[in-house]
Amino acid sequence: MLKTFRIGGIHPKEYKISAGKAIQPIAIPDQVIVPLSQHIGAPCQPIVKKGDVVKTGTLIGKTVGFVSANIHSPVSGTVLKIDKALDASGYRRDAVYIKVEGDEWEESIDRSKTLVKECILSPKEILEKIAAAGIVGMGGATFPTHVKLTPPPGTKAEVLIVNAVECEPYLTSDHQLMMEKTEEILVSIAIVMKAINTRKAIIGIENNKRDAIEKFTQAAKAYSNIEVVALKVQYPQGGEKQLIDALLKRQVPSGALPVSVGAIVQNVGTMFAIYEAVQKNKPLIERVVTVTGKNMKNPCNVLSRLGIPVSVLIDAAGGLPESTGKVVSGGPMMGKALASTDIPVTKGTSGILIIPTLEAKRKSMKDCIRCAKCVNVCPMGLNPSLLMNLTEYEIWDRAEKNSITDCIECGSCSYTCPADRPLLDYIRLGKGKVNGIIRARKK
Amino acid sequence: MVVSPSPHVHSGDNIQKNMYGVLIALIPAFIVALYFFRLDALIITACSVLFCMGFEYLIVRFIMKKEPSIFDGSAIITGVLLAFNVPSNLPVWILALGCLFAIGVVKLSFGGLGNNIFNPAIAGRIFLLISFPAQMTTWPSPVTATSVDAVSSATVLGVLKHSPESLPTIMEMFLGIESGSLGEMSAVALLIGLIYLLCKKIITWHIPISIMAVVAIFTGILYIFNPIPMYNPLIHLFSGGLMLGAIFMATDYVTSPMTKRGMLIYGAGIGVITVVIRLWGAYPEGVSFAILLMNAFTPLINNYTTPKRFGEAVKHG
Amino acid sequence: MSVLLTAVATLGVIGAGSAAILYLVGQKFKVEEDPRIQEVQDALPAANCGGCGFPGCASFASACVKAETLDGLFCPVGGQKTMGEVASILGQKAPVSVKKIAVVRCNGTCENRPRTNLYDGVSSCAIASALYGGDTGCSFGCLGLGDCVDSCTFDAIHLNPVTMLPEVDEDKCTACGACVKACPKDIIELRKQGPKSRRIYVSCVNKEKGGVAKKSCSVACIGCSKCQQACPHDAITIENNLAFINDDKCRLCRKCVSVCPTNSILELNFPPRKESPQSPKEEEATVTV
Repeated sequence: MLKTFRIGGIHPKEYKISAGKAIQPIAIPDQVIVPLSQHIGAPCQPIVKKGDVVKTGTLIGKTVGFVSANIHSPVSGTVLKIDKALDASGYRRDAVYIKVEGDEWEESIDRSKTLVKECILSPKEILEKIAAAGIVGMGGATFPTHVKLTPPPGTKAEVLIVNAVECEPYLTSDHQLMMEKTEEILVSIAIVMKAINTRKAIIGIENNKRDAIEKFTQAAKAYSNIEVVALKVQYPQGGEKQLIDALLKRQVPSGALPVSVGAIVQNVGTMFAIYEAVQKNKPLIERVVTVTGKNMKNPCNVLSRLGIPVSVLIDAAGGLPESTGKVVSGGPMMGKALASTDIPVTKGTSGILIIPTLEAKRKSMKDCIRCAKCVNVCPMGLNPSLLMNLTEYEIWDRAEKNSITDCIECGSCSYTCPADRPLLDYIRLGKGKVNGIIRARKK
Repeated sequence: MVVSPSPHVHSGDNIQKNMYGVLIALIPAFIVALYFFRLDALIITACSVLFCMGFEYLIVRFIMKKEPSIFDGSAIITGVLLAFNVPSNLPVWILALGCLFAIGVVKLSFGGLGNNIFNPAIAGRIFLLISFPAQMTTWPSPVTATSVDAVSSATVLGVLKHSPESLPTIMEMFLGIESGSLGEMSAVALLIGLIYLLCKKIITWHIPISIMAVVAIFTGILYIFNPIPMYNPLIHLFSGGLMLGAIFMATDYVTSPMTKRGMLIYGAGIGVITVVIRLWGAYPEGVSFAILLMNAFTPLINNYTTPKRFGEAVKHG
Repeated sequence: MSVLLTAVATLGVIGAGSAAILYLVGQKFKVEEDPRIQEVQDALPAANCGGCGFPGCASFASACVKAETLDGLFCPVGGQKTMGEVASILGQKAPVSVKKIAVVRCNGTCENRPRTNLYDGVSSCAIASALYGGDTGCSFGCLGLGDCVDSCTFDAIHLNPVTMLPEVDEDKCTACGACVKACPKDIIELRKQGPKSRRIYVSCVNKEKGGVAKKSCSVACIGCSKCQQACPHDAITIENNLAFINDDKCRLCRKCVSVCPTNSILELNFPPRKESPQSPKEEEATVTV
């Protein structure tokens, strides 16, 4: 019996049509646009100005405050301007425009492909290197990694959980990275365990990636304390709370951090970026992106520098098909629909999904038939139908009592609703309003 | 390009699929009804469905002035379930009145699908029972190899209340060789429907099982102390409208609670009230009233029960 | 007969007893209230719209009675007349307040501001603005989904189906402020209604640089400051590439309207200008609602 999380869950069709496609590099265009906010927390302060010459890996944006992450130039060239650009948030925000000239890297970066296993740095030095490299959660949440690896005083992680689940349909970037960079990922697990002083690590992989499970199980034998666990395929198993419940049978209480039950979760892509940062001095400047869709000529996994417009990636996958309805950054369940293909790749872009016209429009919504299917599938044990009603009628105190702030916005409710009700749209709105009320109350 | 909030895929589930799934689950019971009541079963069921759909179309189109959606399956189900709750020789005009009450008063005057408090089929049946008691309590015998001549006889529960010596055997009740309304006949057929509904995830086990369990346990406890047929749990389970009510009527989406805990409370309440009415009330059959009463409690149950929240579970090591 | 007497007597005793208990409990737990609160409340229009800043007319009445002076307390629905009545009940001086009206500061019609994508989410401005900047190139402009229309309890604002922008009905608007709160992009502002209902305002809230703003909308404010230079009363300020007319200082001379190169400043309810050969664009600038 494979392990999985215990409350709710759905089984959307997997459509892993780009599985097994080797990671291919993307040719860098003439200009890149690097947004200064690619993470949760305060946007970066630019430390370059128009006319400055930068190399690949040069620091161009500095952290502001503790919850923030450095941003480095993904290309070499000249800074054209610091101006607003449309990014995945849907709004125009500050970004660094760079004219690409060649591909000269910072000298400190080790570009060799040889595996470096040993790490003689102290835990503090490891965390400093991770912070300096601007690493953030690459599953899509983009939470600054050095902050996550610094648990609040009084708490300690017993287990490091590596999230290799990739539960979203269509996405295969993590899977391919696992197959091609197995040893590097295991080294980084050892490094992070040292940094957070943990003696155990578990890699959770869903059972639809049998080749990765086997490869990692074999390779992890060389390490005494890394366990590989195959999980039953269920969405949203990649949500960190659900993953902790599946692997450790512990449920993080409402409002608490995962470290309060002794676990720290990191995405497997983040782990690879940590390896490159700590062992090769390479800051986060590129990432694997799945470019896919039912009508795409060549669905693939590409290694793209940050700042490249998604139109370039789409062209590498065969170009935008005729009947394109939506362009989604991320997976189909939690990804963000883009208003333009000029939007650049950022640290959290795990995939670009092209949805055909026929599937792009929603059906009109009907009255709630109280079938309670949304209640059955909600992984946080909420009542989405009730929360939507409470938000529509603006009854915020009852919404708060019904734990609207626990919603992880996975979309299982809207996915399931037979009456095509836009449950998540309203719950997201209500969650924002209630969080605002709670913040105002605390002041 | 289209821009909308996530999620960008849908399961494809819709109201029709669920409603037609329930109709498919009712097919075994319908076949049994056809076998026992022949043409009458067909006439009653067809008329009921047509009346329900027709009244819904007329009222929605001309009185509520909205777009009718009579093919979403809910009016058809009300028609079928109402037909399964009446004797097979009920005059068609009485049936029409029942349909009008069920659709017009119980469903549409509250706002249509999703907004009604009471189960239309159950309320329709009770309306007919109270308004036309004579026609609603003369039950024709099923046409079987042994009893072709009998014109009418009491249902099992009627027999149980008034003349417990002449009961059919348990097996006969299980298979359906008894008198009753169209849908009450065969527990086997209804259970096949239950398995279909559970496999297709149209309903969960909580309501049917809690009703049956509470009825069995309540009568079982009484039976232990006084083993008369009146208290026999198996007789209570397999006779009357309990199976039909527990599997198809109480599980109606709109009028049942939305949380699992709430469903268990609701099912228990129906079980208790059913047994109380059957044993100590004036009517031989208690399921209809029990369901109707618990429908009234559903909003209260919804308010006071919550689903099992993530984080409520005890942490294991 | 005795049965009847017993029944009547029993019920009579129960009834009388209950009445006595209710009366005593009502007296014991009675809430003392200043009778003037009810008097003031009766003088109010009973719209319970919240425009005064209080949750309902009863609350506003209570605040008026408890306050030392009526300055700062104003019922926008009842207006000057109602405040005069309230003042006379309480023996206070009536506060003076200027009649205001809601103004929609966006003229990004379908013609001026082309659509660049199709929004298929819920028809709510709050939800759309949380998702992205809208279905046009201007991420500051009106989304046209009608949260303001839904919030109005006086039926005073409606969405024009051709321009996809909200329009305020001058006669019905009470300046209660509900639409201002409902708009997630701060496009609606309460401004002075002006003599003969005339007012001038900048019909844009785009804070982008001029070139970028103009690309998405042909009537955007580009922050060129020609209006500021033309204004003889120092009423216009430019901040973040956006001009703003202070309605306390504005004398309705219309000089700014004629110099604006993008026709972003609108003048409402003015008589048409005399025909002038060099400025035909003034005809387009005059908008009567």
